[in-house]
Amino acid sequence: MSTVLQVTDLVVNYGKVEALRGLSLTVGAAETVSLLGNNGAGKSTTVGTISGIVRAAGGTVTAFGQDVTNAKPWDLVEMGIIHVPEGRRIFSRLTVHENLQIGGYTVRDGKAIDTRIAEVYDLLPRLAERRGQQGGTLSGGEQQMLAIGRAMIAGPKLLMLDEPSMGLAPLMVAQVMDVVRTITEQGTAVLLIEQNARAALKVASRGYVLDSGVVTIEGSADRLRADPRVVEAYLGA
Amino acid sequence: MEYFLQLVLNGLFVGAFYGLVALGYSMVYGIIKLLNFAHGDIYMLGAFAGYTMLTIGAGALGGGSLVALVVILIIAMILTGTLGLVLERVAYRPLRSAPRLSVLITAVGASFALEYGIAVLYGPNPRVYPVGFGNAAIEIFGARLTWAQLFMMLVAVLLMVALDTWVGRTRSGRAMRAISQDPKACLLMGINVDNVISRTFFIGSALAGAGGVMAGAYYGKIDFLMGFIIGLKAFTAAVIGGIGNIRGAVLGAVVLGLLESFGTAWLGSEWRDVFAFGFLILFLTVRPTGLLGERVTERV
Repeated sequence: MSTVLQVTDLVVNYGKVEALRGLSLTVGAAETVSLLGNNGAGKSTTVGTISGIVRAAGGTVTAFGQDVTNAKPWDLVEMGIIHVPEGRRIFSRLTVHENLQIGGYTVRDGKAIDTRIAEVYDLLPRLAERRGQQGGTLSGGEQQMLAIGRAMIAGPKLLMLDEPSMGLAPLMVAQVMDVVRTITEQGTAVLLIEQNARAALKVASRGYVLDSGVVTIEGSADRLRADPRVVEAYLGA
Repeated sequence: MEYFLQLVLNGLFVGAFYGLVALGYSMVYGIIKLLNFAHGDIYMLGAFAGYTMLTIGAGALGGGSLVALVVILIIAMILTGTLGLVLERVAYRPLRSAPRLSVLITAVGASFALEYGIAVLYGPNPRVYPVGFGNAAIEIFGARLTWAQLFMMLVAVLLMVALDTWVGRTRSGRAMRAISQDPKACLLMGINVDNVISRTFFIGSALAGAGGVMAGAYYGKIDFLMGFIIGLKAFTAAVIGGIGNIRGAVLGAVVLGLLESFGTAWLGSEWRDVFAFGFLILFLTVRPTGLLGERVTERV
């Protein structure tokens, strides 16, 4: 299996606080990998470092065989490493359509952008209905769909989703996970950060559990689901 | 009736000037939330750039013909645009993550540096612009509008429409609007935020520079402090329209121009600035988001 992303011994400090203390993980081609862990475990810091908005103090990030440690975020987007941030961060005063167009900022080919936007509208018809509305007027679930749709326009090869289920009703969580599954089936590698371990392990094939900036447990989704530590801490009895 | 129309025309004319300067003010505020107090001085630099070119190259360009003036206007816009870009690069970018007050103080410092830099280079006395427009005028229902005023208003409107189209329709313009809302998320879209900020400074400064050249040619006299008051007026216009909003800046400028025009007619010209800045205070108190202040009810 070819490797899309390889993170080795990553160290990140916020001032004197060590956020990551030698974290390693890999994501293979067309694989969905889940990153689990409590608040403050370092999940968001990990994806932020991969996408170039947080500086690594040590360790390496390799994507598609290239060293991309501390590369510029726009170069990483151009390589197809797309990060959907926590809290969705859609542009609330741009229309839904404009939000999608912004997602294709690094794509030079205007026709490709239009085709991909049409595909996203097919996949997420709610967005098509609301294409002229300002992003900020959408519901939380619709905003999450828009954030994922916006990422799709860039043509991701590795999609990193930070807490896509946060603050959503259970039915909406299921819909978001369905979309994630569709994306994986199309061959895109996905790194999925979740506190909702139950939902995440349904779509992911493998997972890592983070604690205080290091990986404490890793393995296939089935193995993690059966691991008593995971059950106790994240899945409930 | 004629008198009324005359006041309206005067107000629109002054408003067009304010608008050219207010746009840059508002764009820069919109994108990096900085009140660029040096912006009025970019307008002054535009006037001096035009003056220098006219003085040195007037013969080569065929004197004070309209064509020469347009060429000089364009060159001055490129020069002031570049200066604005350099100003951002040197004075503001290193302070991007500093507290806003530090950047504000830097902007005031930059303003003084530009003003007194020009005072050193050109001397403190006013310079007479080597070209002027004639007084030929057209009559519209009894109100007078000189051809020069008409021409300048047209140029201003043209530049504003071009800007509005750029911001509303193009990829760069969209990126600019996105950055004004969430610069960090823009990084994740693959937008080189620094580049877009540079572009914004270039465009805003070029517009102010255009205003400066036109002011020089119209009023005939320029000096190193000429940007101070117009900078404040442009700020007022931007606030009235809703700072950060581009159409708002134009609307605010026109409103301010009209207010001044009518205020001066009622109270006398010595009250003009009192009137204008009184309105600034009024707006900041009553409606700080301005006429077109951007607000949207956001759901979480």
